[in-house]
Amino acid sequence: MTDAAIRFENVTRHFADVKAVDGVTLEIRDAEFFSMLGPSGSGKTTCLRMIAGFDRPSAGHIYLYGQDVSDLPPYERPVNTVFQDYALFPHMNVEENIAYGLMIKKVAKADRVKRAQEMLELVRLPGYGPRRPTQLSGGQRQRVALARALINHPRVLLLDEPLGALDLKLRQQMQVELKNIQKQVGITFVFVTHDQEEALTMSDRIGVFSGGKVEQVGSPAEVYEHPATPFVAGFVGTSNLIEGEMARRITGSPSRFSIRPEKIHIVERNAPIDESSFGADGRVRDVIYLGLYTRYLVELDGGGDLVVVEQNLKSTSMDVLRAKGRQVRLKWLKEHVRYVGARDAEPPV
Amino acid sequence: MLNRLSNFLYRRPRVLLALLILPPLIWFVVVYLGALAAMLLNSFYSLNGFTGQVVHQFTLNTYAKLLQPTNLQIFWRTTTMAISVTLACILIAFPLSYYMARFAPPRLKTFMYLAVTLPLWSSYVVRVYSWQLLLAQEGVVSWLFHLIHIDGLLDAYLQLPVVGGTSLSVSSTGIFLVFVYIWLPYMILPIQTALERVPKSLVEASGDLGAKPAQTFWNVILPLALPGVVAGSIFTFSLTLGDFIVPSLFGNSSFFIGKAVLTYQGTSGNIPLAAAFTMGPIVIMIVYLLIARKLGAFDAL
Repeated sequence: MTDAAIRFENVTRHFADVKAVDGVTLEIRDAEFFSMLGPSGSGKTTCLRMIAGFDRPSAGHIYLYGQDVSDLPPYERPVNTVFQDYALFPHMNVEENIAYGLMIKKVAKADRVKRAQEMLELVRLPGYGPRRPTQLSGGQRQRVALARALINHPRVLLLDEPLGALDLKLRQQMQVELKNIQKQVGITFVFVTHDQEEALTMSDRIGVFSGGKVEQVGSPAEVYEHPATPFVAGFVGTSNLIEGEMARRITGSPSRFSIRPEKIHIVERNAPIDESSFGADGRVRDVIYLGLYTRYLVELDGGGDLVVVEQNLKSTSMDVLRAKGRQVRLKWLKEHVRYVGARDAEPPV
Repeated sequence: MLNRLSNFLYRRPRVLLALLILPPLIWFVVVYLGALAAMLLNSFYSLNGFTGQVVHQFTLNTYAKLLQPTNLQIFWRTTTMAISVTLACILIAFPLSYYMARFAPPRLKTFMYLAVTLPLWSSYVVRVYSWQLLLAQEGVVSWLFHLIHIDGLLDAYLQLPVVGGTSLSVSSTGIFLVFVYIWLPYMILPIQTALERVPKSLVEASGDLGAKPAQTFWNVILPLALPGVVAGSIFTFSLTLGDFIVPSLFGNSSFFIGKAVLTYQGTSGNIPLAAAFTMGPIVIMIVYLLIARKLGAFDAL
């Protein structure tokens, strides 16, 4: 266990009588890109703040490379943070912002300037040193915040939903860039996000949070394909959750299972269902054309809805919109069904 | 009709803007700047010492008179008083404002707001007079010192030159205390507002980047609160420079600028000298603001 970058040992954090983090035990490996994924209020940001030292655990311990840091102030931790609102100092220019950590450490001015320039190169903002933070766009501020954190050579970089304020294009671009920078500097990144796509794109491993607890830790593929709990199945990607009578009618067993929308195929009512597949009949209630793919909402004959996603490989919007109201049969391979345990936590609607 | 007017103004936003801004602008130019100009003009006239009439002829004589040693002493006395009062107000107001902005729970904050502004609701003169009861020879303060058997301390303090006197109320310390009391709210409110506008994440970021709390204070909190400190000190400084009531009721009878203006204008009708006296605080304030700007107080604005 000595090579763990960060280790949470039964960490709990109360705010007044609210348990924001509830007995979390977790290990983040050295040099990995780890995402803490969860809806707001799930405890992921509080966990990040406890690594940074802004909050202290009410109970339990946090170890950074084997050292118990639970009671260490932020300025004594080899950790730096990129804040959600960037938190750039408005009374300093970009270069002074980036060199702030060095200035605090009393590094000589010439050295400071040189290293700040290097960081500006790394985040692809050369020549921006003399500007004020207010003169930068959101994406540029983001890079400055990143440079300011990385200049101190932290062993762990914490990122608190840093891409939340950016538009979609820029966000996708920054996702790739962040991942590249992480490979380049080779340190541990802990990334907090509520965006499952973001987590899936960048992470080596993902920890899914809900209600102050860790639901599942695993690689993106593991979390997506083998959700450990109904919550994970619902939160990571879209998932159809079927249980009780309906589950019995389809699979012959009442145990709860999940099926991803993209694994379901829409076929004609009279199409045969072979041994390897499950099938269910229903009526297309809604069709949402999304360009790249189409999302169908199918009302099953026995009650309940299933979301189905099909790529628009050959069909046009005219074709797919005509499907509304049609009686159809749905089928999917048995191997794509995940039986998810009977944990009480429900996925968010 | 009204509709047509609305539509007309909607299509011509500049006309609307002009209509809105013109009345207050006229008021401002005529009453504020006009009065200042009239004063500046008057300070270049002089008083005929024989007839007591103002001579409407451009001269620098009044300024020459202003620069006599006794008058310079008044400036010096008033300015050092204003500086001490301002510094004391900053020292008291900053921690209080910091607590209000950062730590006080909402209800306590509302209460503190009220407590700070409450004195402003009652008459300034009454509050100043009530300090007489506190500071007089047989007043509450000396009684308290007597009660805990340290009246020797008070006596020894009053023996000191400059700050001392026969009792607290006739010493310059008395003036100082009353000034600090009455101007304090004007310092607390702007500092509190400035601190309120410093996001918590900036303080956290500073700590995150390795700064100890004291370093965070000097490098982040203070520079960002400086506009508030400057705004507050403009109040305390200029109010002290111009006040004539407190120096009349407290202290020995030595002149302060406000009292001098009152005497020259009211008693002896020497409007030019009174006007010239008033230019003093204006010049002092301009110098102060230039220094503040040089120190970067307005960088984050």
